[in-house]
Amino acid sequence: MSETVKKFLYVNRKAPYGTIYAQESLEVVLIGAAFDQDVSMAFLDDGVFQLTKGQDTKDAGLKNFSPTFRALGDYEVTKLYVEQESLDERGLTLDDLQDIQYEDEDDDYAEKSSIIVVSRSGMADVMADQDVVLSF
Amino acid sequence: MATLHTVNKSPFQNQTLLSCLQHTKSGDAVLMFEDGVYGAASGNALSDAVAGFDAGVKLYVLGSDLAARGIDAGKLADSITAIDYGGFVDLVASHDRTQNWL
Repeated sequence: MSETVKKFLYVNRKAPYGTIYAQESLEVVLIGAAFDQDVSMAFLDDGVFQLTKGQDTKDAGLKNFSPTFRALGDYEVTKLYVEQESLDERGLTLDDLQDIQYEDEDDDYAEKSSIIVVSRSGMADVMADQDVVLSF
Repeated sequence: MATLHTVNKSPFQNQTLLSCLQHTKSGDAVLMFEDGVYGAASGNALSDAVAGFDAGVKLYVLGSDLAARGIDAGKLADSITAIDYGGFVDLVASHDRTQNWL
């Protein structure tokens, strides 16, 4: 049971529906989580658009995968790093993003936010702390 | 614990190269290849931002992709080093991780 756990960071820099990258990223994250790795996600540049609330794809004929972000906690993916400058540049605040929470089993299953807002230099620190960085 | 960052998109098409540079740390390296090599030429609107970027970050460009696009190696800024595929492999091997900026 002492297999090495590596730190995986999935970097998301693209808006959700213009390309398939965002949806594919979520698929890969869920696969990675199944292997009991230390998985984090980063959202910067247009990637922050993936987390906005109120996405309604019905009339566009696309699959709305944004609710999947709220299920990540059940797969022990509980660290979603969001870059402040990327939000600012796009006129977004934390209030524009979905409320994504997880239950902390080490704290009587208290509900805590999975979203961690970091500065651009803070994001660089997060990236430099990883074993593997996968970009989408 | 240094990172090799790779960029393969023209900096005139999107913000990828600039975003990459802003997320580097001292000791990191940035390699421009494919259309990313357009970011390595001097005398354009982004030359100062790229070649002048100095935060302890080394800048490299893949020479064969420069040549393919007719960019004279003499047009490179002094701070940018042209390498071949073997040099690319050496960079990957000598850094702790590689981050591709898609």
